[in-house]
Amino acid sequence: MDEFLAEVKWDKLIEATQESIYMTSISVLATFILGMLLGLLLFLTNKGSLWQNRAVNFIIAAFVNIFRSIPFIILIVLLIPFTKVLVGSMLGANAALPALIIGAAPFYARMVEIALREIDKGVIEAAQSMGANHFQIIFKVLIPESLPALISGLTVTAISLVSFTAMAGVIGAGGLGHFAYLEGFQRNRPMVTLVATIAILILVFIIQLIGDYFTKRTDKR
Amino acid sequence: MISIKNVNKTYVAKHGSVKAVENVNLEIKEGEIYGVIGYSGAGKSTLIRMLNGLEIPTEGSITVAGREISHITGAKLRKARQEISMIFQHFNLLWSRTVIDNIAFPLEIAGVPKKKRMERVKELISLVGLDGRENAYPSQLSGGQKQRVGIARALANNPKVLLCDEATSALDPQTTDSILELLVDINKRLGLTIVLITHEMHVIRKICHRVAVMEGGSIVETGPVLQVFKNPKQQITKRFVQQVTEPEETKDTIEHLLSLYPHGQVIQLTFVGDGAEQPLMTNLIRQFPLTVNILQGKISQTRNGSYGTLFIHLDGEEEDIQNALDYMSSQEVGVEVINNG
Repeated sequence: MDEFLAEVKWDKLIEATQESIYMTSISVLATFILGMLLGLLLFLTNKGSLWQNRAVNFIIAAFVNIFRSIPFIILIVLLIPFTKVLVGSMLGANAALPALIIGAAPFYARMVEIALREIDKGVIEAAQSMGANHFQIIFKVLIPESLPALISGLTVTAISLVSFTAMAGVIGAGGLGHFAYLEGFQRNRPMVTLVATIAILILVFIIQLIGDYFTKRTDKR
Repeated sequence: MISIKNVNKTYVAKHGSVKAVENVNLEIKEGEIYGVIGYSGAGKSTLIRMLNGLEIPTEGSITVAGREISHITGAKLRKARQEISMIFQHFNLLWSRTVIDNIAFPLEIAGVPKKKRMERVKELISLVGLDGRENAYPSQLSGGQKQRVGIARALANNPKVLLCDEATSALDPQTTDSILELLVDINKRLGLTIVLITHEMHVIRKICHRVAVMEGGSIVETGPVLQVFKNPKQQITKRFVQQVTEPEETKDTIEHLLSLYPHGQVIQLTFVGDGAEQPLMTNLIRQFPLTVNILQGKISQTRNGSYGTLFIHLDGEEEDIQNALDYMSSQEVGVEVINNG
């Protein structure tokens, strides 16, 4: 066992874990902001909603559906030219971010839309009847009333982002995926692959725990 | 306070248009509790929602507290809505907020500073009798308590008009009564004009000054509550009045009684206002040599007097019965012979 474990370069593992956490956190944050925006727009431009607008709704829905449907590994390749212009390189953690965000934000946007649809129409109407403007309805009614669903949706999205980072790692973005592939698989050291996998699992469990905690705390229904 | 003039509301659906409200005219006075009664689909919900601009009339105009609600939009409408509060059948509270924060919500919308907000919320909590439940979430409250939060929330910005959209329909009878008492109390104390819609005549009887009966989008009958009770003109109004004055089983009971008393006559007496409070039975028994048997009766209290029905059975000489009927007719009491023995 010690022999096998000796194969693992712990400093490199820690470095890879840090890279994974870095990619995941930045992309979760950006996905949250972009996904909320798209999700809110999807909901608000829907028929019968505050900003009912068929054209805008159609365009956003099309964008969301297209990018949600492209397999992530293909999306990375498709976005190479875009990433090169934006980040200046195809390698490193930062180069993975555009693909991660564009891949995950539409997914989250749909979850946001579903969460908002769950809100009782009567509550929105009550706010209107009190003279609330649209800004107040969004920030005082829509977001607080759907918060548990928004958080649990973000948890699911964050976990898919961890696996996206691993895929991105294979094509040179660093992180645990890269570590497992390059140090473990290609050099035929299964123990390294195993340890990297365990590290990823721990990361996922931690995200799930944090997500569950906040979902529970905000749910007063 | 509220003036509704020639209002029509037509919804355009896929298969032709639907007239939800048709040619409605109403004047509601300041400080009045005005009830609109109708079955579901009568258009009463659409009508009340036009009073705060949640629906816009297709034709006609609606003026509430000096503002023409049907023609203003944007910031002006939002400002006007702060003076026209609404409570709902399903309360529509924010489940993510405590009682305090729910009541503070309209104050936040109106931009009241935090300190003043909290002072006002405190007043409101004791006004609606929710002391001790300040930090509860709606999910921890009973239906009646939720509606009290709804009422407190509606009163927060000192509105001039309170709209009640089936506010007691989701509550049990006892809770309904306590909420209705609260509404009367508010009406008296704050001089608030209240418009309520309902399908329960009980609610109208208990708290309204005047009533409008709606059917198929139109108002078919209006008047002071007691008068409508005394003299319902439309068939639908009669049915609503019966909801309160005649228990469900009356018809069966009467039939049963008719077979039980083959002799004499079963008579329905209708009392209105002062007539309901005089000792008619005593006089009847003292003055006529008849056997008088009280079969069934009910007296209902309305805001401006009582109203009741009484079924009695008279037995004796035919001439005496006729005299007794004449006597009762002369006493401001409605007399109706149910059968001829």
